[in-house]
Amino acid sequence: MTESNNHHELVFWRKYIFSQDHKMIGLQYGITALSFMLFGFSLMLVMRWQLAYPETPVPLIGWLLGDDGILLPEVYNSLGAMHGTIMVFLGIVPLAVGAAGNYIVPLQIGAPDMAFPKLNMASYWAYFIGGVIMIVSFFVPGGAANSGWTSYPPLSVIATTGQTLWLFGMIALITSSLLGAINFIVTIVQLRAPGLTWMRLPFFVWTQLITAFLLLLAFPPLEAAGVLQLMDRLAATSFFMPSGLVVSGQILEASGGGSPILWQHLFWFLAHPEVYVLILPAMGIVAEVIANNTRKPLWGLKPMIYSTIFLGFMSFTVWAHHMYMTGMGTTISAFFQTTTMIISIPSVVILSALFISLWGGSIRFNTPMLFALGFLPMFGIGGLTGLPLGLAAADIHLHDTYYVIGHFHYVVAPGTIFALFAGIYYWFPKVTGRRMNETLGKIHFWGSIIAINGIFFPMFIQGLAGVSRRMWDGGAGYAHAQDVLWGNEVMSIAAGMLMLFQIPFVINIIRSIKHGEKVDDNPWQATTLEWTTPSPPPHGNFAALPTVYRGPYEYSVPGRDKDFWPQSDPEEGA
Amino acid sequence: MEMIPYTVEAREDTGMNNAKLGIWLFLASEVMLFGGLFSAYVFLRLGAPAWPEGGSILSVPIATFNTLILIGSSVTMVFSWTALKENDFGKYRLYLGVTILLALLFLAVKSFEYSEKFSHHLYPSSSTFMAIYFTLTGLHALHILGGIIVNGYFWGPGSKMWTSDPERFTNRIEIAGLYWHFVDLVWIFLFPVLYLL
Repeated sequence: MTESNNHHELVFWRKYIFSQDHKMIGLQYGITALSFMLFGFSLMLVMRWQLAYPETPVPLIGWLLGDDGILLPEVYNSLGAMHGTIMVFLGIVPLAVGAAGNYIVPLQIGAPDMAFPKLNMASYWAYFIGGVIMIVSFFVPGGAANSGWTSYPPLSVIATTGQTLWLFGMIALITSSLLGAINFIVTIVQLRAPGLTWMRLPFFVWTQLITAFLLLLAFPPLEAAGVLQLMDRLAATSFFMPSGLVVSGQILEASGGGSPILWQHLFWFLAHPEVYVLILPAMGIVAEVIANNTRKPLWGLKPMIYSTIFLGFMSFTVWAHHMYMTGMGTTISAFFQTTTMIISIPSVVILSALFISLWGGSIRFNTPMLFALGFLPMFGIGGLTGLPLGLAAADIHLHDTYYVIGHFHYVVAPGTIFALFAGIYYWFPKVTGRRMNETLGKIHFWGSIIAINGIFFPMFIQGLAGVSRRMWDGGAGYAHAQDVLWGNEVMSIAAGMLMLFQIPFVINIIRSIKHGEKVDDNPWQATTLEWTTPSPPPHGNFAALPTVYRGPYEYSVPGRDKDFWPQSDPEEGA
Repeated sequence: MEMIPYTVEAREDTGMNNAKLGIWLFLASEVMLFGGLFSAYVFLRLGAPAWPEGGSILSVPIATFNTLILIGSSVTMVFSWTALKENDFGKYRLYLGVTILLALLFLAVKSFEYSEKFSHHLYPSSSTFMAIYFTLTGLHALHILGGIIVNGYFWGPGSKMWTSDPERFTNRIEIAGLYWHFVDLVWIFLFPVLYLL
């Protein structure tokens, strides 16, 4: 830790627990989110055991599941719902926004901290409370929420207590991201260093800005929906409960008159922009790493920025493409089908620009770059397999099959999570002053990319055969699944392998904190502002506020001895 | 000590200080929250075979009275801010105090309305109309309560800042006022939607 002479050392709990420094809060987010991701992944391993070897005792943790160690259908449902919830709301978003965004954005814009440090702390603790509520929900009667991560009523309204805790947990998480979103936008708009104009802003900051707007405007309708569902569960209202609903052979006692579809509208109004919350920061990280390791400016930075803004707007107009099967009518389907095709354009622009950026570069194949390069085709597969789902006619066949699972996991797992790995390897030297081990990093990358394709590719095959995503036995009792049942074991073994290949990553992180190779402040010879301050940056980040003179990716500028030109270097052009 | 810029003075190119941009963003998210609930209202009402006229169940005179109280509190809120601009701390406290009292009066009237409904065995579970009435007005009442807490803090312990950093304190009252006007505005929408339509 660096010494700061001009103010007294903070006591332990102010410095590490209730810290208001964006860097410490970023690390808190990072550690918490990685732990939740490991937990969410473990839930999935238990499910994958059941899918590959139905109704055989689960090894190692079987004793948790009851006397015979077999995963019961209702527990399977809980694990599925909580895997989705934990990965999305407690894992990836906090890691991409709460950790990476919090730590890097103020540094990249040359700010001493976030605009509202206390709000930043409150945001982390609201997230933490949300996480605790979600964990506690596993221990209430009936177990955790078991109506899918989408919590569709009427099922979720008549579900066990875990669902109530899920809703309270979500309200805490929504509060957290609301506070975070306000903080990010104000920070980026107000605290940019002198000379850092909008077009000189690194692409990563742009993606964080648009992400913050999505969180700000898309989450409140889910909060509204959550309040309505809580009313349905606790005050016996019928916002989502239709009249004359029959449950277990009996007509349910409720005033009725509500609509289950209303929940779907409100939920997807959040959850579609949420997809872009998951992917935009990932694109930002990949852009930083690619520009740095090709030693070239990004190809088409301006179109990428405009595409990101357009993507943000459009993401509010596509939500009902998740609802083609609800019978909302062909006219509405046609509208959402059209907007869905339109929104694929900016994604393709960004991805193409990143691909073309590689052209003619002398590429450094270090670990962050490998993960960034891995992101490109993986996100490409994820994106392209989404097109048939966006077309109402094709979606009728594919809806709720494993094809859908394969599609969005390609986007968020080898897509977003690989980008986050790239970010961790890339910015680790800034956080610690030491570099992570390259050999372990490469084992981590090659093992992960092979294993992860082994998990998600067979899902397309099963899905096209019509295997439903919700079957507890993996399709063993389903006639059409018989020809593709082999996929279950392949996927489960690949999932186990993926877990094993995270071990080098965990070892690498822990080992490198103390024993990693010591590096200077700018080990990657990068141009953006975060590399002009010591590693780790002191409280207040910069000794003197930097001034910015040029764009973010001035690499290999002709006529200069060095192949990078930092944004804050006042030297005139050669 | 690091200094976060633009906590008090406005940034030249945006014309705002941090807190002012922050409150506008917060209000934008609040618009989406209540927007989602109003959309739910429209969605449910369009799908309902019959919908009661609000005035036949709820008391329009009481709600009109409450509307006037809230508008009045918005006016006194502005007066308390201008009092600070005129350097008149006593007047500020008087008007902010009146604002808080009016807000409490609003809540008192609201709880009287609620208990009237309960005594006629009208609960959120009675019908979709009652459900949306209790949910929307309940959430609005929570916002009123939040405003009372914030204003109460600025009336009491928070007002110490007037001596240490008067400009920043004045900004805070302006921002609390923006929030208060928004809560008022939500009621202006709730009143016709629930009571008159």
